[in-house]
Amino acid sequence: MSNKDAYWAKTKNHMIVTLVLWAFFSLVIFMFGSELNTMSFLGYPLAYYMTAQGSLLAFVVMLFWTANKQEKIDEEHGFSEREED
Amino acid sequence: MDMKGGFIKNLPKIYGLYTGGFAVFILIMAIAEQAGVSAKNIGVMFVAFTVLIYAFIGYLSRTIQVDAYYVAGRQVPTVFNGMATAADWMSGASFVALAGGVYFGGYTYMAFLVGWTGGYVLVATLMAPYLRKFGCYTVPDFIGTRYGGNLVRACSVFVLFIASFTYVTAQINATGTIASRALGIPFELGVWVGLISILICSMLGGMRAVTWTQVAQYIVLIIAYLLPVFWISSKVGGGVFPHLMLGDEVARLGELEQQFGLVKNSAADMKAAGVPGGLKYISGSHSGVPEGGMAVWKYLSLAICMMVGTASLPHILMRYFTTPSVRAARKSVAWSLFFIFLLYSSAPMLATLSKLALMDPNLPTGIIGKSISEVQNIEWVKNWSSVKQVFIADFNGDGILQLNEWFMRGDVVVLATPEVAGLPFVISGLVFAGGMAAAMSTADGLVLAISNALSHDIYYKIIDPKADTAKRLLVARVLLVIIGAAGAYIASFRLTSILGSVAWAFDFAMSGLFFPLVLGVWWKRATRAGAIAGIMSGILSGLLYLLWVYPKFSVPIFGGVNTPFLGIDHLRFGLIGAPICLVVMIVVSLMTKEPDAATQKMVDDTRIPTGKAILGKQH
Repeated sequence: MSNKDAYWAKTKNHMIVTLVLWAFFSLVIFMFGSELNTMSFLGYPLAYYMTAQGSLLAFVVMLFWTANKQEKIDEEHGFSEREED
Repeated sequence: MDMKGGFIKNLPKIYGLYTGGFAVFILIMAIAEQAGVSAKNIGVMFVAFTVLIYAFIGYLSRTIQVDAYYVAGRQVPTVFNGMATAADWMSGASFVALAGGVYFGGYTYMAFLVGWTGGYVLVATLMAPYLRKFGCYTVPDFIGTRYGGNLVRACSVFVLFIASFTYVTAQINATGTIASRALGIPFELGVWVGLISILICSMLGGMRAVTWTQVAQYIVLIIAYLLPVFWISSKVGGGVFPHLMLGDEVARLGELEQQFGLVKNSAADMKAAGVPGGLKYISGSHSGVPEGGMAVWKYLSLAICMMVGTASLPHILMRYFTTPSVRAARKSVAWSLFFIFLLYSSAPMLATLSKLALMDPNLPTGIIGKSISEVQNIEWVKNWSSVKQVFIADFNGDGILQLNEWFMRGDVVVLATPEVAGLPFVISGLVFAGGMAAAMSTADGLVLAISNALSHDIYYKIIDPKADTAKRLLVARVLLVIIGAAGAYIASFRLTSILGSVAWAFDFAMSGLFFPLVLGVWWKRATRAGAIAGIMSGILSGLLYLLWVYPKFSVPIFGGVNTPFLGIDHLRFGLIGAPICLVVMIVVSLMTKEPDAATQKMVDDTRIPTGKAILGKQH
């Protein structure tokens, strides 16, 4: 497998992992809204907390994580950009 | 001002000074209020001062270069592009209506919050870095080059036009509403004042000017949103950091809902009482999750449409064409979402505080459960009743205000809560300026997305490929004015009741653009014929379904009003269009000859961050 193919295979895997996490926080947990709402977090009912704040925060964290991880993949395969910003 | 390294390096200092200057302006206004300047004049000064600053930035950013006009010269730093995208994203409607939506809709409505943020994960993983590497000026520029040919380019411009134009009339409408309220002029005039402000910011400098005004607008709008939320929270005893401290308040709302009862009014009663259109009352639980499979599906389907739509909206995607590198584009999506999160996570807190302030009889601001004659004498109730923004109907005739007897427009939550909680008027003036910033920044991005696609993809790429730079930029500016004027003209008729919802823009974009964009990068086998068939079948099936399902259209050939199929109503029609687009695109692609070696290589190069862009710096 060429370096480019290996790079793309890793990038693809990383994409899938990210989208699984995304689906978990955006869809899966809200399939169980009533059940989650019986638990509480910071004093909020859990499902309410997730839709008002928790999932949103998870997306933000996920995006920084995913960008950093992808940069590592870039570096491993020599596709990292040098930039001045 | 020349956009050399000096300017870019000095950005933190420039915007730091700007933020400081704005803070000083707020203080001066606060002093002016103490000195007896009228509330109305303070509102006028807030809006006028901020709009003048945006216009000044727009003027300083004028340009005669194609890549500066279309993609801000591709040198917008990560964090600043994040702020610009956040302003581009958060519309006047988000600013004034989001908290109101949560106030009335509770848990169910908050599917929008998840949808409008989760979509950025799709933008970051599937789209932004690859489109940036490609080096396109517009979204149709990518589709036209990847699939090759004028027809597919024109098809994607068609989708872009439908989606963005649906959105832009709503934004110009919002600009007009805020301008008319703050400046005390008629709505019809307010629309044109709003349009002129929008055009001044974008006409001379295109994307470059819009970028730097959007950063300035983000700073104003986020201060205008957060300051009142924190202030109100400490004032009504919600704690200094509401996001982490409103657990008891949410529980208290649950108790109050029990105590007052969640009653549904009949349409006949509301009509008889003369409740003005657009005003709502609380009939659902704030934090409770509705029971049943259909309720879950309604939540999920709305979230899916908003997420996929987010990842297909051209005015958002094009913001990531302006970063210096692919890496910066990825990081920039993360920063965008962070800046959006600051406002979106505050909207439910504002809704909670506002609801509690009105509902809790133990608070001095509480009105539910009090006598109606007493409530009608409260100053802010009088003000907002006179403009038909709030309304009281004593259905049971007991003279006591019940929860289902208090009607209010959603916007009032953001616009009046500072007044209700007894904050000085300077805060209300600030909120006006924030709403104006939010509406203008989104309208700017949309008008530019449409006119750029028309000038670059239709005029330059299809009609006159030999046009020189001066002519191209002239055409781009003329189109910008025409699109803006058309939007303002339509907005001035106040057709919002039949134009429907902002959500439609997401459904249109998702129906016609999502899969052609994703497969263009992730599936080499996708062909031109597949893309054309997919785009057209997606957008047309979505559009037909909308005509079929939306009660206000009740198109005669479809036999009038129809029951939504699987609960897919007019807010969710992208769930019809996008799957059809995907299936048709795959089938037709597999039936046609696979793309030639040059196209396959182009896709390969798009996937690698380093190396030359597919399209040249100037093209």
